[in-house]
Amino acid sequence: MTPAAGSGTVLAGPGIPDAALHADAISKSFGGVQALSNCSLTVPAGSLTGLIGPNGSGKTTLFNVMTGYERPDAGQVFLSGRRITGAPASRVFALGVGRTFQLTRIFPRMTVLENMLVPAQRGRSRRQHREHAMDLLAFTGIAGHADKLAGTLSYGQRKLLELAYVLVADPAVVLLDEPAGGVNPSLIHHIADRIRDMNKAGKTFLLVEHNMDFVMTLCDQVTVLDSGTVVATGTPDEVRADPRVLDAYLGTGDDDDE
Amino acid sequence: MSKSVARGLRLAGLAALIAMAALFPLVFSNPTATNFGVVTLIFVIVASAWNIFSGYSGYLSLGHAVFYGTGAYFLVVASRDWHLTGSAVFWLLPLAGVAAAVIAVPVGLIALRVRRHTFVVITIAVFFIAQLSASNLSITGGSSGLLAPVPNNWDPATYNNPFYYVGLIIAVATVALSLAVRRSRFGLQLRAIRDDEDRAAGLGVRAMPVKLTALVLSAFITGMAGALWVYFIGQAIPQFVFDPLFDLAVVLMAFFGGLGTIAGPVLGALVLEPTQLWLNLQQSNGYTAEILFGALFLVVILFLPRGVLPTAAEYITAGRARLMRHRDRSQPLGTPSAQTPTPAAGSAQ
Amino acid sequence: MGTEITQAIAAGILGGGVYALMAAGLTLIFGVLDIINVAQGIMVVLGAYLSYVLSTHLHLNLLVGLVITVPAMFVIGVAVYTLFIRPLRGSERTSMTLLACFAVALIIEGVLYWQFGSNYVSLHSSFTSSSVHVFGFYLADIYLVGFGLAVVAIAALYLILYRTTFGRAVRATMQNQTAARLVGIDVNRVAAVTFGIGTAVTAIGGAVFGAINSFTPNSGYDLISRLLAIVILAGMGSIGGALGAAVLMTTAEALVDIWQPDWAVAVFYLAMVIILTVRPAGLFGRRPVRAQ
Repeated sequence: MTPAAGSGTVLAGPGIPDAALHADAISKSFGGVQALSNCSLTVPAGSLTGLIGPNGSGKTTLFNVMTGYERPDAGQVFLSGRRITGAPASRVFALGVGRTFQLTRIFPRMTVLENMLVPAQRGRSRRQHREHAMDLLAFTGIAGHADKLAGTLSYGQRKLLELAYVLVADPAVVLLDEPAGGVNPSLIHHIADRIRDMNKAGKTFLLVEHNMDFVMTLCDQVTVLDSGTVVATGTPDEVRADPRVLDAYLGTGDDDDE
Repeated sequence: MSKSVARGLRLAGLAALIAMAALFPLVFSNPTATNFGVVTLIFVIVASAWNIFSGYSGYLSLGHAVFYGTGAYFLVVASRDWHLTGSAVFWLLPLAGVAAAVIAVPVGLIALRVRRHTFVVITIAVFFIAQLSASNLSITGGSSGLLAPVPNNWDPATYNNPFYYVGLIIAVATVALSLAVRRSRFGLQLRAIRDDEDRAAGLGVRAMPVKLTALVLSAFITGMAGALWVYFIGQAIPQFVFDPLFDLAVVLMAFFGGLGTIAGPVLGALVLEPTQLWLNLQQSNGYTAEILFGALFLVVILFLPRGVLPTAAEYITAGRARLMRHRDRSQPLGTPSAQTPTPAAGSAQ
Repeated sequence: MGTEITQAIAAGILGGGVYALMAAGLTLIFGVLDIINVAQGIMVVLGAYLSYVLSTHLHLNLLVGLVITVPAMFVIGVAVYTLFIRPLRGSERTSMTLLACFAVALIIEGVLYWQFGSNYVSLHSSFTSSSVHVFGFYLADIYLVGFGLAVVAIAALYLILYRTTFGRAVRATMQNQTAARLVGIDVNRVAAVTFGIGTAVTAIGGAVFGAINSFTPNSGYDLISRLLAIVILAGMGSIGGALGAAVLMTTAEALVDIWQPDWAVAVFYLAMVIILTVRPAGLFGRRPVRAQ
């Protein structure tokens, strides 16, 4: 694959080989605010990794840097060993990384099905593209709304739509920003099941979530971020017992609890 | 009504419309009427072309007169330098379109890199640059303009007809193109850009090439329209070729009919252009039209922001839904769909 | 030649002050309301016509007339905002407001044509006929008066913005509308008054412009295109930048005018195009400019 202008070179960098996604010593500041400092995160291939931390700890910024929506001030991002730092979002997407947004971003004036058809799909005819889209809609459970304008969907339905269209291009790595945020309990189970199914089918996931139950039951490893730095990494049990994690949450004192 | 029956009816309706348009000059053969016809067709073309770019992408261009003017001046200069007259001049139209399309590339590369309102402002500036250049360059004849090769051996009674038919052909082709774009993947990407450009980029849509292509396409057609018009009028003078009112009339038509729809600009042109022409005939001054257009624009923006057609469509859908609900109330409740999870209770948005 | 150049520079800087004032109004409206008031050009012309009416019918001196025209334009601005801009909602709001401003401009232009016809008129005042002798050439008083007015008005704007409670409310709204609302600022009122101030300055600009140039309702286009070029060059949202850009461009134009009068105004556009290619945010741009 030829590198796009401005993307990182396609050399195998010093990334960790069996990591699907690896962020190395990322720093990013906005104006006077240091959102991330020297932050490193590894998402092993095939894993379901969780990223948690109090509000303002930099989770979304890290997501943005890893998916090309922001350029880091320092540090590198590797996708399967290949450096993608600074590559634009469309390039990162083309390389097989999909992401959703905390506040759902869908195309409100297009129908649900049309939303699904926006992401580029390689190697599929138009009809197959459509069928695949409908399959994914059925998978997430909103196939019945295919012809409705996306702007008329309820919040929960939009979350499902975002989940569906991020999967349309068969990304190998999926980053979900608060997939369970603001959604009712039965729907949360539904979403968790779908994520688990896809993970079993081979997709790597990185989730940001505030809902502790969700993260702890679903993820096989968890990283905790606080004030732009990584505070702890490990299995859910290890992290839950780590005193630094408690500190991070209780220290700031304003986090919404599970 | 089944889908194929509805489709058949639509096609039949369309065919009838085109047939009527084709017969128009034969039925209303006086030059005033055909003059109306030609000018209206030109507006249909330009409004639809404008919509292909601005309606679908959401980037409002107030500088389309640049493309119009380029096409116009190209035709005049080319027909003069290549010694073409009469019907042969019509063959220059596609070339005029190409000239406009070529101009669209640098304009687009500069203007499409910025946010939406800066973009509009740049198009306004581009408009004035074009007007200024046309007034001062010798190739365009300066502020007195250039004369087009008027075919004076044509019968005055049917003089307008060739222009009318050429215009009709281009108009039909443009609307067809508009439809094709809307149905295509390219059109989908454009509309995604309109709704949320960054998000679209994140899903693999390469915004700049898509936007630029739409602009070039739109410019090509607009250039042809400008060339046709200048040949029809007989001369190219900077303040008429680059007329801000013209630009605005086109935008108003597209908005009025329904931005981003296919029939919208056509409807807008068909309704508004004859009105404008009629007003110009009734009043010898231009300002009544100006005030009325401005007022109409405000009315459309404030009360019909999506345009006549989409708003009408909504009323119809709402009316139909109400009918359904009446009908359902007299029937027992069915089981809710097991497929759809219950809509979330959560903050909307 | 030397005096010509000095004269051009002097006229440029002084004239730039007036353009700066009008551009500042535009920038203020953009900064607070996020809309580009493309009607600003025709409003300057309206201000000029108002001064004209006052001077021909009531024989009011230019400066005295301002006492009436400035509040009048303020009221007009507030009215335009409240009637045509405030009700606009929805996802297309930015484009719609721009078009609404354009529509208002059209109406104003049409009304001016109706009332005054398309003949060129000019404001006569003692300031245009008398001049000072400086650096070996004559500079019409009006340039100095205009510049002085501009300085006073811009200073007043700064004072309002940075020294009054209202000004603080304006700056808060500029930075974060939602937060401003949350702390109890009546954002609508702030918006309406800001728009009013933005148009009130056109009364001053109009009076000076009309005294220096002869004008018709059509003059609005030339004005707005220059103002837009200034604002784009400066970068939207920077009042100080608008000042600098205005003076720079009018001076450059005055200089080019010595050799190539027909193309002088092209300086504005050329500068704008160059800046846009090199630095889309403008020289002092404040907002992120990624295509949106």
